[in-house]
Amino acid sequence: MANDPLFGIHADALQLQRRRMELLAANIANADTPGYQARDLDFQKLLAAAQQPAATAAHGAAATDSGIDEAKLKAATVYRLQTQPSVDGNTVDTQVEQSQFAQASLQYQASLSFMDGKLRSLLTAITGQ
Amino acid sequence: MSMKIFDIAGSALSAQSVRLNTVASNLANADSVSGDANSVYKARLPVFQAIADAQNPEGSGVQVRGVVESQAEAQKRYEPGNPIADKDGYVYAPNVNIVEEMVNMISASRSYQASVEVMNTAKDMTLRTLNLGK
Repeated sequence: MANDPLFGIHADALQLQRRRMELLAANIANADTPGYQARDLDFQKLLAAAQQPAATAAHGAAATDSGIDEAKLKAATVYRLQTQPSVDGNTVDTQVEQSQFAQASLQYQASLSFMDGKLRSLLTAITGQ
Repeated sequence: MSMKIFDIAGSALSAQSVRLNTVASNLANADSVSGDANSVYKARLPVFQAIADAQNPEGSGVQVRGVVESQAEAQKRYEPGNPIADKDGYVYAPNVNIVEEMVNMISASRSYQASVEVMNTAKDMTLRTLNLGK
């Protein structure tokens, strides 16, 4: 994963959480659509994929700037396991989606707080006050 | 990219309000009787469909594919005193099931609220990001 010296992994984390929230928003929007199957990001797959380019870069291959690209996001998008089957084939459980959405939003804001702290300490260093 | 959550939640809001509209229309016409079983009002139901986007499968909203009419039988009532009754004295009431419509209304309203919450959260997050470092 590309490590920005200032923000570390948080810049990537923000993007990922944002993508996850888009998926969850789509699930909630389609809670009443017959045949719709809920989707989510598999972070374990993403982590494994993000660790891949570091290995190829060591061999002199073109190093990608960001550890996560579209293809990897697509590969890590998985269908959610169904908890309560419904007659119309819809696999969205609104309560689950809402709690996951809240979780993703909290993690997003946690990353934001870390970035904010970094910026503040940088500002303190610059102004010396 | 960042505006996609708003698009998705917005599509859900408009789909759910179409659903609320059909419920309102069905409830309003629940007592619109007719002298002919074919011309009587029929309950209307929206059909939802996920917006297929091959370019970007992770973000898909919802759309109303169409509004179909219920195929259930009209209710036959014997009202010989009614001026629009047919020659046997029957009038036909719409196949609207009030209980079903109320349940539909609550479900649509809850789904609408869920999408509004999604929008609010996304808005808060975007604003916080914009205020980063201030």
